[in-house]
Amino acid sequence: MTATVTPAPGAAPGIAAAAPVIRRRLDRDDVLMRLGIALLIAWLAFTLALPLWSLLSKSFQDRDGAFVGLANYIEYFSTPALFASVFNSLEVAVLSTAIVLPLAFAYAYALTRTCMRWKGLFQALALIPILAPSLLPAISLIYLFGNQGILKELLLGGSIYGEGGIVLAQVFYCFPHALMILVAALSMADARLYEAAEVLGASRLRVFFTVTLPGAKYGVISAGFVIFTLVITDFGIAKVIGGRFNVLATDIYKQVIGQQNFEMGAVVGMVLLVPAIVAFAADRIIQRRQTALLSARAVPLDPKPAPPRDWGMFAFCGVVGGLIFGVLAMSFWASLITRWPYNLSLTLNNYAFGNFDTNGWETYWNSLTLSAWTAGVGTVVIFVGAYLLEKSRGFPVGRAIAQFMAMLPMAVPGLVLGLSYIFFFNARWNPFGFLYATLAIMVLNSITHFYTVCHLTATTALKQMDPEFEAVSASLKVSLLRTMARVTVPVCLPAIFDVSIYLFVNAMTTVSAVIFLYSTDTKLASVTIVNMDESGFTAAAAAMAMTIVFTSAAVKVAHLLITRKLEGTTQAWRRR
Amino acid sequence: MTQDKSTPYLRIERLTKQFGTFTALKDISLEIFPGEFICFLGPSGCGKTTLLRAIAGLDIQTSGRIFQGGRDISALPSSQRDFGIVFQSYALFPNLTVAANVGYGLVSRGLPRVEIETRVNDLLRLVGLPDSGPKYPAQLSGGQQQRIAVARALALSPGLLLLDEPLSALDARVRAHLRVELRRLHQRLGVTTIMVTHDQEEALTMADRIVVMNHGVIEQMGSPTEVYRKPASAFVADFVGTTNFLPAVVAGPDHVRLGEINLACELSVNIGPGQDVTLAIRPEDVVVRNISPTTPNTFEARVAEIEFLGSFCRVGLAINGGDPALLADFSINAVRDLSITEGKVMPVALPPDRLRVFVRPPQAP
Amino acid sequence: MSHPSFGRLLAGAAAIAATALVADPALAQRTKITVYTALENDQLGPYKQAFENDVKDVEIAWVRDSTGVITARFLAEKDNPRADIIWGLGASSVALFDSMKLLEPYTPKGTDTLKAAFKSPTAPMAWTGMDAWLAVICYNTVEGKKKNIPAPATWADLTKSVYKNEIVMPNPASSGTGYQQVYAWIQMMGEGPAWNYMDKVHDNVAVYTHSGSAPCVQAGKGERVIGIGFDMRGAREKTQGAPLDVILPKEGAGWDMEATAIVKGTKNMEAAKKLADWAITKQAYELYGKFYAIVGLPGMNPAPPNYPPSADAAMIKIDVAKMGQDRDRVLKEWTKRYDIKSAAK
Repeated sequence: MTATVTPAPGAAPGIAAAAPVIRRRLDRDDVLMRLGIALLIAWLAFTLALPLWSLLSKSFQDRDGAFVGLANYIEYFSTPALFASVFNSLEVAVLSTAIVLPLAFAYAYALTRTCMRWKGLFQALALIPILAPSLLPAISLIYLFGNQGILKELLLGGSIYGEGGIVLAQVFYCFPHALMILVAALSMADARLYEAAEVLGASRLRVFFTVTLPGAKYGVISAGFVIFTLVITDFGIAKVIGGRFNVLATDIYKQVIGQQNFEMGAVVGMVLLVPAIVAFAADRIIQRRQTALLSARAVPLDPKPAPPRDWGMFAFCGVVGGLIFGVLAMSFWASLITRWPYNLSLTLNNYAFGNFDTNGWETYWNSLTLSAWTAGVGTVVIFVGAYLLEKSRGFPVGRAIAQFMAMLPMAVPGLVLGLSYIFFFNARWNPFGFLYATLAIMVLNSITHFYTVCHLTATTALKQMDPEFEAVSASLKVSLLRTMARVTVPVCLPAIFDVSIYLFVNAMTTVSAVIFLYSTDTKLASVTIVNMDESGFTAAAAAMAMTIVFTSAAVKVAHLLITRKLEGTTQAWRRR
Repeated sequence: MTQDKSTPYLRIERLTKQFGTFTALKDISLEIFPGEFICFLGPSGCGKTTLLRAIAGLDIQTSGRIFQGGRDISALPSSQRDFGIVFQSYALFPNLTVAANVGYGLVSRGLPRVEIETRVNDLLRLVGLPDSGPKYPAQLSGGQQQRIAVARALALSPGLLLLDEPLSALDARVRAHLRVELRRLHQRLGVTTIMVTHDQEEALTMADRIVVMNHGVIEQMGSPTEVYRKPASAFVADFVGTTNFLPAVVAGPDHVRLGEINLACELSVNIGPGQDVTLAIRPEDVVVRNISPTTPNTFEARVAEIEFLGSFCRVGLAINGGDPALLADFSINAVRDLSITEGKVMPVALPPDRLRVFVRPPQAP
Repeated sequence: MSHPSFGRLLAGAAAIAATALVADPALAQRTKITVYTALENDQLGPYKQAFENDVKDVEIAWVRDSTGVITARFLAEKDNPRADIIWGLGASSVALFDSMKLLEPYTPKGTDTLKAAFKSPTAPMAWTGMDAWLAVICYNTVEGKKKNIPAPATWADLTKSVYKNEIVMPNPASSGTGYQQVYAWIQMMGEGPAWNYMDKVHDNVAVYTHSGSAPCVQAGKGERVIGIGFDMRGAREKTQGAPLDVILPKEGAGWDMEATAIVKGTKNMEAAKKLADWAITKQAYELYGKFYAIVGLPGMNPAPPNYPPSADAAMIKIDVAKMGQDRDRVLKEWTKRYDIKSAAK
């Protein structure tokens, strides 16, 4: 780093353009940052790019590992039974999206734009499903509408097993995800626009269609894509309640676990990757068009009471919230029943997981361990990664690569990632093969699976910081590490907590990402739910699902308390 | 300050900065002497901040060199240069107290606690906020935050103080007050200071020398009086203060025609007769009192509109029988004495030494 | 955080390093072997204890999962095997491994006394059988009475229209038990008639489950009246209180056995052989007999509770190796016939 001034190539002397190009000398912080970015790229390559690459190459091989070109794909697309799943998956995803979007929009509208009572309660209630594994609503629905279900008559002879059941369960599962986005979108509103519309004599309906809806447009689109991706990549629901209705996610499982046909599993994985990536790319492109609708001068909207609307919304939220509560309560009740439907006396026996699964409660502790490691390691890696990308200068190629790879996991379904890990970590040449079948590989997998959302959260927090902190530090001869420790991390602490809690809860509930990766010692609670349900121990499966809900809820409450306490101490500066 | 005032403290040689195909700075050369207060003035996008950031090493130039105190710092990273910086946002660390902010650079120098405390107190007293140490930045007003940022920038006694639009986030009254404060501080400490601003009034009142920039080049460099009185280009005349621009044609040596009116003025040698030029004169230079038949450049004008501005009136004058084309600032006295009212036709004069002639109008690059 | 974790991983690595450096003879005495198994939870403890009691210098480390998962895992690891030996995995899976040359041929001591079906036909043997379980029909007596659906006595009964939408059976594409059932029908009836038969049964099937245990459990819960499953699961459900009849159809029944086989490339060949030998001792078969009605040693007639009065006689003739070879073809046909129909529902 001593040659700082190099003449421009082919420069002719005496012409202004021939002035030597200056290259900035790197100081310790620069070197550290670049090293960090290189490490980040290596990390993401190792946990994401290379596994996906091995999946891709596997889909072009036969069972003996010989390259067969497109043969597997040709077989896939010429087998109607397999191919039909593509349409089934799309159909379920579109249906679920079409149902969840208006419901969640109305619910979010009630929470943000009305003077309805009990908003806090309704909001909390609607967000609970996020804490539950996706299998929980499916299990509840079987108890409610299955052949021995308590509300079976409501189906008028129809069956809950199949497409209808999948869609219903998905609606429950996706609702809070959409709700969060829409609440955020609807919270941002400029009261002046509404005043203007009112002054101009626009009717309520007209105001809704000309002001409210356009204002929340990007939130609606984003929520739509999120639901679509969640549904199409979810594995648990279709497995439990899908009956004879095949979707892509269960096809992968069938190919790999049922038939040990890894190559075809890889093909289905690649097929599943397509709609997810298309949805993700479309969302990105549309979001890019979003300009700041909200100027800095916007006046926050304070809803005014309007009894007919408020009570109408109250009734609506009461029904939706009641359904959510009903589904949760059903699982809880079912988990306490001795022998459905013949012996309805209450028991805690279903929580003695050792009777239903070899590993019993151990799987729960494994899940806690996994979640703790995922939250711990993941938060550090993701936050430092976001910091490097946000705050470093120069090295544009490296940053672009890392940024792309940080956004990619959003589009990679958990099953696909999990399958790709099998291939990658089992390859004979891989020196990290020792990670195979350990808890560590599931930690890596979970961090990668949930990387993007956390990365975006961290990036948003970092963007809100003054971009000149680093320049000031440099002028004061203070190293970046020190500034990071003294300023960046303390200021971003709420976001850091959000990231870690997100990782924790998701690692507790995820099934699809780890279903191929666990081993006897490291079996997880969420996988145990699948296995117990598969073996018919539905009550025990419900019990484990409820155990996860209670754990996640406890962690969430602890998080809220800690955040509140933090605000009292380390975040004192936020108060005026 | 023991610096030799005749050798430049900061020397910038042929600096060019490219962002892709866009050239932000074109071949800039500049010398700044010890203890000077320099303003980089220009509209947004003119390259003034880019130049400041190049000096700070935050955005390194594409080519060209920078010497500070005789040392070639062209390629040095910020951390190895000697400067303190204040940003428009102040960039105060929100989670640290005022004292911790000011002492931020001192702590990592490993100075003893007591020494740091003394220095911080000195600095806080210097910026006039001796009791604010235990407060958080959010508890201070914008003006107070700005002064804390200055104190922090001065903590390590840098050889060069860089101010990037330090006053633009404040309201007018505080801004006017802080202008004076900053200027006083500079006079007391004598630290070489560069301030970036788009506010010409700020530059005129504070700077020893102003560097007027536009489209990545220096349009003019000089004392506030020079820049104001003798703008080197139509752009400078337009950007600094208010100027009338009148289209004219060169009529002969030292003469131009403004419609029917013949005006004497100083022409640079290379403008030949018949060429279109732009004539510039500031409103306050239009003479209305004491006009005699011998006063040069006198002609009749009609008062088209009068705008009352407190201590003076801005009068729109129609010449050659057309629309109002010439703005003139007349004192309240003059307006009263000469009973200037709308519609009045009266003689006005444009003193030849106040007329500037430019080949290009102000909008052209 | 005291559970399997990075800590344990590091400790493991450290331990390996330590043994390599010190080569402590006391540690080296007991060889730890990795055993892949699909045995039930409650079998693992007694099996391990009994074996380690007899063979002092070998220690068992179980890797246990369902048949499908263990099979998938073993195949995923075929380039880089992690198991030393398989003890208690479906013979059809083991036969598949054999056809892929992933097993170490070894004839354990004492094979002469075994029933013929419990010996792999090659010499030296690729695997030996432990116990066998039979396909059965689980019939919910309470729901049957309520809905007026009679108990079936034969496989043929299942085609009757009275069972419409009341039968649940494992999906052969995702469950080993399911495939074993389908293959058994093909063996019993011949390929053409078997497909005709399945066409009719398919009309009555409500759901194909992904697991072999699920049908009897679902029948036990009354979710369906009839589950096509296997004897051990049905007996267990009944023992736990489910209103089930576990019916052995008159035509005879398909079966699968659990087998023992040494993994090719094991680094603990001696220890693996000791386990393979022990797995066919009389003691071992007595142990198996506590859980299964059919074991590989003739003359023993174990009778675990609630099993259908069974006999070796009910076992139809099945060529396990051929069953493995035909798998892809049969599944393809099955998927074409029934998976697509169900998807279009």
